[in-house]
Amino acid sequence: MLFYDINKPNFMQGFLMSSIKRLLKKYGKNRLHLITFLKELQAEKGFIAEKEVQKLAEALGLSMTEIEGVITFYHFLTDKKPGKYVVYLNNSITSEMAGMEEVARSFEQEAGCRFGETSADGLITLLQTSCIGMNDQEPAALINDVVFTCLNQEKVKKIVAWMRQGKPVQEMVEEFGDGANRHELVRAMVKNNIRKAGPVVFGDFKPGEAIRKALDMAPEEVIEEVKKANLLGRGGAGFPTGLKWEFCRKEKNGEHYVICNADEGEPGTFKDRVILTERPQMVFEGMAIAGYAVGAKLGLLYLRHEYTYLKKYLEHVLQKMREEGILGQNIAGKGFDFDIEIKMGAGAYVCGEESALIESAEGKRGEPRDRPPFPVQKGYLNQPTTVNNVETLATATQIITHGAGWFRSMGTPVSAGTKVLSVSGDCEKPGIYEVEFGLTIKELLEMVEARDTLAVQVGGPSGNCISEAGFDRKICYSDLATGGSIIIFNKTRDLFAVVRNFLDFFIEESCGWCVPCRAGNVLLRKKFEKIAAGRGTLQDLKEIEAWGKIIKSTSRCGLGQTSPNPVLTTLANFRELYESRINKEADFIPEFDLKEAVAEACEITGRKFTEEHEHA
Amino acid sequence: MSKPVIATASLAGCFGCHMSILDIDERILDLIELVEFDKSPIDDIKNFSRPVDIGLIEGGCCNSENVEVLRAFRKNCRILISVGECAIMGGLPAMRNTIPLRECLEEAYLHSPTVAPEDAVIPHDEELPLILNRAYPCHEIVKVDYFLPGCPPNADLIWEALTALLQGRPLKIDYPILKYD
Ligand SMILES: Cc1cc2nc3c(=O)[nH]c(=O)nc-3n(C[C@H](O)[C@H](O)[C@H](O)COP(=O)(O)O)c2cc1C
Ligand code: SF4
Ligand code: SF4
Repeated sequence: MLFYDINKPNFMQGFLMSSIKRLLKKYGKNRLHLITFLKELQAEKGFIAEKEVQKLAEALGLSMTEIEGVITFYHFLTDKKPGKYVVYLNNSITSEMAGMEEVARSFEQEAGCRFGETSADGLITLLQTSCIGMNDQEPAALINDVVFTCLNQEKVKKIVAWMRQGKPVQEMVEEFGDGANRHELVRAMVKNNIRKAGPVVFGDFKPGEAIRKALDMAPEEVIEEVKKANLLGRGGAGFPTGLKWEFCRKEKNGEHYVICNADEGEPGTFKDRVILTERPQMVFEGMAIAGYAVGAKLGLLYLRHEYTYLKKYLEHVLQKMREEGILGQNIAGKGFDFDIEIKMGAGAYVCGEESALIESAEGKRGEPRDRPPFPVQKGYLNQPTTVNNVETLATATQIITHGAGWFRSMGTPVSAGTKVLSVSGDCEKPGIYEVEFGLTIKELLEMVEARDTLAVQVGGPSGNCISEAGFDRKICYSDLATGGSIIIFNKTRDLFAVVRNFLDFFIEESCGWCVPCRAGNVLLRKKFEKIAAGRGTLQDLKEIEAWGKIIKSTSRCGLGQTSPNPVLTTLANFRELYESRINKEADFIPEFDLKEAVAEACEITGRKFTEEHEHA
Repeated sequence: MSKPVIATASLAGCFGCHMSILDIDERILDLIELVEFDKSPIDDIKNFSRPVDIGLIEGGCCNSENVEVLRAFRKNCRILISVGECAIMGGLPAMRNTIPLRECLEEAYLHSPTVAPEDAVIPHDEELPLILNRAYPCHEIVKVDYFLPGCPPNADLIWEALTALLQGRPLKIDYPILKYD
């Protein structure tokens, strides 16, 4: 029942004013919070109306275009009215492999509309989205930000029937996952699937011990310990963490900031989700330790929108830490102030790139910045900022507790310690594995019980697709570096489908700033499709290699610089697959077909295509 | 030895690229010392009369006749060069590529303010070329050997490319000639 009369002309106006006023009062008149404003406005009605944009623009002194630019940048912000229930079905490759197509068809059938549309009764909107960090329990979807995993036709039927009854989404979650997924503030069906708990991230942990120990050391000593441990960044790039902290500390001017990168957007990566679920305090203590080391008072946890379901729980952990005196003012009575805020993302893979993340945290479009200056020089609010991955920070906490020597006794000389891997795809035991660096792919495949393996995608789409010839290679920074994503394909899989999925992903996620990344990848996909369709020549293979090189070397950020990898690494490691599809004799085969190209004109003018047109 | 032979054509272009060829100014006198022209708007020869060494194509393909001419060029030219943005990328005519063909034709022939409603009709005479669903760059239809970018390519670039090709030496292009802004 509506308790208000929406036909009264003033009603919406008053409603708008009040919600925007309320937001301004809550957060201050500050564009830093623009994404938060937009998310809260959207939470009320499901979308952000033009009027609200106008009011917000006036209030914040921004142009409407600027706000619209932000809305259209992020997958999970919209200016179009959606249905009451918004389904975001994950279209990552493991979801495809686990039967996404079937699930998608059942959603369409049950909801009575196609993907990209809203059902005629305005109840259900069906959309797709990139990896939501549930690769080991696909097909998965977000429905009004609640996670649904292991979907199948039956479950979809049930869910849509509940939607028709108006059931709140959270109540559709019947069974909860393990560990903190059952916590009353989480209540998610997500499973941790921790298959191998290693000694560092999933090892013994006494809350509060590390931060107390760090505060008894000088900040320089903390940095020295992390340097001695040879901790390299776990987010993908592998930059030495101690050095990063040192650079940041050495910047004398301005406030300093610590940012924990929990954007976890690389398809196939879900280890940060599990670390945040089971080891949140280890991460937060790592942030405080980093804050102490670099001289920061504030830390931000940049949490991807897809993990909204963890937000309340994480806030609760932070609050508990404050109550226990190990966060906030005068931590552990040692005179160090440091607090942590959670900043939510709004759906954009590129926001995992640290400078784009900072832009996003400042309430803007998440477009990477030019570097230098690096974030350690001019980061958040143009102040010295260290951005570190979730796992890096958790690991730093353990290094402080147990010492650099302990840490270096694990792994290899160059790659000390352990790595948390997210394993998905064709294996018996997908999930989380914390392993020492130096493990070979072969050993890993045995551990996860993978059989008849054709290829292993190490490091996600931006990484490397390895064939059997490379199964003796090691997971470590000097051989196969990975942020943690391992996707396994067995011999029944079509690698072309994999490459296509990854190419689509990069095309979708490019921020569009650089032409080589924005347009180059589209051309690359076209070329790839030409080969897939059996119309390729040797020349096309050469062009793919040449274009890939251009895209890699002329793009501004890591997204563009790695985006051709799905094609390039499969071409390098599975060349015979491409060669079997091309015509080696032909000098040139056009994609163009005259008859097809004039079909529309024939239809419009009522004329006929004749041989004369073809051979004139 | 006979002189190398050149042919040129303007497909879906604005003739700007041909104007740029003429912009080599007095060097045109050197050029006709170096080469002969076959099919080209420059000498108004309509059909190929012999095998040609270098074909210069301005403009992409918008209709079936463009395709026909382009294919004839490929057949008759040893080396084929796309000259200018339209030939290389579709250029200005490709602006229609995001709009459905029917909409384009209706806008132009039925709804445009200069159309008299009583004779509003989408041309359908059999003599007319059939329009393609979108504008295509030349290399999607035939193999193209070289590309001279620009809108139009600078006359010095065209001159340098032709003379380098004729003399079999690498291109020497100064930065200002290849700078587009
Ligand atoms: C397109 C792109 C996406 C990225 N996504 C993430 C991410 O989700 N999480 C992450 O920690 N690092 C990500 N990174 C790497 C970050 O830019 C940065 O190197 C990292 O957060 C630094 O932390 P670390 O030194 O602890 O690894 C991404 C980089 C690029 C280019
Ligand atoms: S490389 Fe791609 S994602 Fe990165 S800045 Fe350029 S356009 Fe944006
Ligand atoms: S490239 Fe430019 S000058 Fe040449 S035909 Fe096209 S529009 Fe005209």
